[in-house]
Amino acid sequence: MPNVMLRYNDKGDLLFYVAKKDLEEVIASVETNTDEAWGGTVELSNGDKFFIDPISPPPEFPTTLRFKRG
Amino acid sequence: MSEMTREQTEALIQEVLEVYPEKAQKDRAKHLTINDQEIEKSSKCITSNRKSLPGVMTIRGCAYAGSKGVVWGPVKDMIHLSHGPVGCGQYSRAGRRNYYVGNTGVDTFGTINFTSDFQEKDIVFGGDKKLNKIVDEINMLFPLAKGLSIQSECPIGLIGDDIEAVAKQKGKELNKTIVPVRCEGFRGVSQSLGHHIANDAIRDWVIDPATGKEFESTDYDVTIIGDYNIGGDAWASRILLEEMGLRVIAQWSGDGTLAEMENTPKAKLNLLHCYRSMNYISRYMEEKFGVPWMEYNFFGPTKIEESLRAIAAQFDDKIKEGAEKVIEKYKPQWQAVVDKYRPRLEGKRVMLYVGGLRPRHIIGAYEDLGMEVVGTGYEFAHNDDYDRTIAEVGNATLIYDDVTGYEFEEFVKRVKPDLIGSGIKEKYIFQKMGIPFRQMHSWDYSGPYHGYDGFAIFARDMDMTLNNPCWDSMTPPWKRMGDETAIAAE
Ligand code: SF4
Repeated sequence: MPNVMLRYNDKGDLLFYVAKKDLEEVIASVETNTDEAWGGTVELSNGDKFFIDPISPPPEFPTTLRFKRG
Repeated sequence: MSEMTREQTEALIQEVLEVYPEKAQKDRAKHLTINDQEIEKSSKCITSNRKSLPGVMTIRGCAYAGSKGVVWGPVKDMIHLSHGPVGCGQYSRAGRRNYYVGNTGVDTFGTINFTSDFQEKDIVFGGDKKLNKIVDEINMLFPLAKGLSIQSECPIGLIGDDIEAVAKQKGKELNKTIVPVRCEGFRGVSQSLGHHIANDAIRDWVIDPATGKEFESTDYDVTIIGDYNIGGDAWASRILLEEMGLRVIAQWSGDGTLAEMENTPKAKLNLLHCYRSMNYISRYMEEKFGVPWMEYNFFGPTKIEESLRAIAAQFDDKIKEGAEKVIEKYKPQWQAVVDKYRPRLEGKRVMLYVGGLRPRHIIGAYEDLGMEVVGTGYEFAHNDDYDRTIAEVGNATLIYDDVTGYEFEEFVKRVKPDLIGSGIKEKYIFQKMGIPFRQMHSWDYSGPYHGYDGFAIFARDMDMTLNNPCWDSMTPPWKRMGDETAIAAE
């Protein structure tokens, strides 16, 4: 269950950053991404998948959230 | 030697690896690679931030070095106590040349070594009592010190002292900032974890407690983060930012103060030079206080220009105009530097092996002088550093992570660079091999190298080193006269 920092990069993509793992990847897709909720399975551009129970209302980025390995 | 092709470089790596036992060979192979700009993610081609192999000569430092030596040490109005035996602090004392203004021993303490000088009895019975006493003593002797940081050396963690409790109690009693830092040398694989631990300590013991503090801010407040003012680097950077109309409210941590650190979350933008050592706290401030951060590079006119424009783009037209003016103003100055030195340095090949940001940041400055970086590597980088490196270096450039003494020497023998930039431990080996060398951690007792002013000094230093007449004297005269005479003389 890594602690993940989420922030936008210069291009406006959402970055998924795990300090302990040296993992800094752009998020390729998010299962639930609506005005009401954000979360579910998150896929990174390198193919890794993580999971978080959808949060509603959607969180404001940048923020730190706990994900499960999906 | 002329250009090396990809195949030749690959063969070189293989050849160098051959002497290792099989297991070591497999491990080291992952840390050596050839740059390929096609690759976007460095994790595909290089492994980094792993434990060094036992038995090889690594050039890394420890977590204490990362916290005390790099991040905390330069905060000038605090006293940084090397908590534990005397050696760790004494042998590294004043080695990093973080310049500062102030009266040393009165209101600033940068070059003084403070240590709790642990003896056997402190190890056996614990050192918390001693620490208590030291804090009182320091407070009495140096009343103008704004705070104290307790930098743990290895034994502190091993004997289980509770420095946090002492810090809390004493901090309350004296009404001063006292920061316990758990940067025992055995933590992590290099000084890099020390940076992270130090960042976390700043977050918990400086930034958070100071959240409600009053501060009069303006729309143009920025900070310089991750510039340690080696030889005056931060000053040479700061004047450019100020000239374009920004207000620099904090320097982290070269020539920095406790108050500046506390004020940092009030900035409009954090400017991050050394990403490796201070990205953690920058990310934290973005998340908690909404202060965006950006990386920049003040080595060499090309990169400075790019960076000034990128910084200005975050502000209004007034700053954008300011940036253009600064660029215009300094053009004749750096053009003269290039005109003078480029002809003397053109085409020379450089190999680098340094720390946090320099293996990629300096490349632009060399290129401005017509030089080429043919090999580069980091002591303690992580994958995100290599991600940022791939785009900066040319294809087929040799990249080495946590290079061993043996590998470095072999690479140099084969690549035959005209100049090497690395640390003090490597300096004399390569100089004795007859290769010009610059100590690129402390700028070889020179500097600054940042900013336009720094570029002039950088160019002069490179020329002075490379074209020094001493390199012609490497062969003694009796060996220099045609071969036959030499043989006859023997
Ligand atoms: S590894 Fe431990 S003993 Fe060695 S310098 Fe670092 S803190 Fe001191």
